[in-house]
Amino acid sequence: MSAPVLALSGLTRHFGGLVALDALDMRVERGQIVGLIGPNGSGKTTSFNVLTGIYAASAGRAEFLGRDITNLRAQAVYEAGIARTFQRSRLCLPLSIFDNIMVGNHKRLARGLWFNLFRRAALRAQIEGAFEEARELVRVFDAPLADRMFDAVGALPMIDRRRIEICRALISRPQLLLLDEPSAGMTEEETRELMDDILEIRGRIEGLSIVIIEHEMGVIERITERCVVLNFGRKIAEGTYRQVAAERQVQEAYLGVE
Amino acid sequence: MNAAPRAPLWPGIVAAALVTAFAVAFMWAENEWEVVGVLAAALVAVLVARRTGWLAPAARAFEMREPAMNCVTIAALLVFVAFFHDDHFPLLMVGTVLVYFTVCLGLTIQFGYAGVLNFAAAAFLGTGCYTAAVLSAHTSLPHLLVLAAGGAVAALVGSILILPVLRTRGHYAAVVTIAFGLLFRTFLEVNDTLGGPQGLKLPSMNLLGMTFNDNFIVAGIEFSFYMHYVLAALALAVLAFAVTRRLERSWIGVSLDAIRLDETAAACFGIHLARWKIVAFTLGNFMAGAARALYALMLGFIAPTNFTFGDSLVMVSIILLGGIGNPWGAALAAALVVVLPEKLQLIQEYRFLLYAAMVILVLLYRPEGLLPRPLRNYLPGWRPR
Ligand SMILES: Nc1ncnc2c1ncn2[C@@H]1O[C@H](COP(=O)(O)OP(=O)(O)O)[C@@H](O)[C@H]1O
Ligand SMILES: [Mg+2]
Repeated sequence: MSAPVLALSGLTRHFGGLVALDALDMRVERGQIVGLIGPNGSGKTTSFNVLTGIYAASAGRAEFLGRDITNLRAQAVYEAGIARTFQRSRLCLPLSIFDNIMVGNHKRLARGLWFNLFRRAALRAQIEGAFEEARELVRVFDAPLADRMFDAVGALPMIDRRRIEICRALISRPQLLLLDEPSAGMTEEETRELMDDILEIRGRIEGLSIVIIEHEMGVIERITERCVVLNFGRKIAEGTYRQVAAERQVQEAYLGVE
Repeated sequence: MNAAPRAPLWPGIVAAALVTAFAVAFMWAENEWEVVGVLAAALVAVLVARRTGWLAPAARAFEMREPAMNCVTIAALLVFVAFFHDDHFPLLMVGTVLVYFTVCLGLTIQFGYAGVLNFAAAAFLGTGCYTAAVLSAHTSLPHLLVLAAGGAVAALVGSILILPVLRTRGHYAAVVTIAFGLLFRTFLEVNDTLGGPQGLKLPSMNLLGMTFNDNFIVAGIEFSFYMHYVLAALALAVLAFAVTRRLERSWIGVSLDAIRLDETAAACFGIHLARWKIVAFTLGNFMAGAARALYALMLGFIAPTNFTFGDSLVMVSIILLGGIGNPWGAALAAALVVVLPEKLQLIQEYRFLLYAAMVILVLLYRPEGLLPRPLRNYLPGWRPR
């Protein structure tokens, strides 16, 4: 058996006296979609931030494809093959759709000063190639959007920004995609569309695994194979949606807060 | 791929010709009333052109036919200097504008792209100048290399500052650069080997056997010696412009923008923040230092009073005024900021007040500057459909 895509053991993060993430154990197998759920403030986003090198772990260990990635710098985590979106959209609003997606494509683009300044013909070929690829990806999410690749992102409605943010994370062909509340602020219809797109993408990218933080239980039921439930930073349940939804502790956590 | 018809070139050429005619008229204006009259006429012309929609085709020519329009712009500048070929003052003005423009391209890379605040521009400009002064007085280094050395030492001195600039953020970085600028000036004033408060003299520039400080005659026409410097400054500006443009239209340009706009997101997509900030800061200081060194040779004299905090602010206000990140904006604003006070003696005394007023007005009514930066145009004329 090959190593799981992601294996967290005892991952912990304190903020002063607050234990935002308390000894989280979690596994994601290749090709799986895993839901990460729990009330507000239960540590879901923190787990992503610790994983992707934005915050250092206070304790515990994270392995990605068998390799220790605990406390790697954010850049190294991305290079290793993990890409993410943010709960509060973090696109570069004055830049175009294409520019934003190219930010996510960083590891596949030439970075040398000499190449970028003086090898214009080679750069041109790279720009044209990357453009076609980015447009194809955007087309999966929304065909009309693919004709507006040079529009500023700041002029787009929220749903399109979410789509672009997912495209930015996907363009580098990561092994693991971390989605932090991708449907926040969307209507039911839009959410359904977005989830269709995510499923389609997963079908297209060989072996892509996804961890999705989501509040919409219908979404979780529909697209995840397994979920992990957090409350006050601790894992309180794990299993298929049906299994965890049946657990008393989970019902209490949700009823108690929401 | 290019199904759309190419944008016509002629609106751009007409615009360039009109701007040149205006610039000549402006330079020719003798008294303050004529100057004000020419300015008012230009303002009205621009407003009318915008209303009638004549501005758009010209803008399109500049955007879509860029290589051709770059040549047109250089030609227009050459026509302008040809008009005043034996007249020191207008040529001095053109040389000054070109140098300020080049310095501001350096700041554009630093602040406009990477978001690195630099309120110590004068310190790096001064470093470039003093390096050039010392090297041209005490060595026989060819003057082209003297300029390069001026830029290199400015970039090197900049690396003293890069650590504090990288470690601190926002306002702190600004304060650190301001402090450094003040420190630099004090250092110059107390340093007797560098001339102290009196400053240093520089010899004439020499290039390929030409002595730049002599008037010269070509085909029976006498040219002001400033023509040498104007052409050298133009060459430098073109070079800096090309580098700035290419940088912006490359993946590095995307990375720099990402760093400026959101460091956390940039880091999460593999972009090395420190590396690119250092590259931008160093490149910017190099350009600025080399250009200002040429200016020092042109004036033949430098002193600590040329490198005050006010001088740093002027550079920053030029890029704010022109439109942060747009090289053409920097060119327009450099011309306004340099030439207006010279032609309007009334303003001269209050020039800093005027700059402050201009910047405040622009920030209030046109926060993106006179010529806002357009979206990245990776390959001019390329619009895949
Ligand atoms: N940078 C931070 N500094 C201090 N406390 C934080 C920080 N980030 C998150 N927290 C705290 O950690 C807890 C978990 O937050 P978060 O992971 O964002 O929750 P969720 O994403 O599950 O809603 C919250 O109590 C939050 O206030
Ligand atoms: Mg959250």
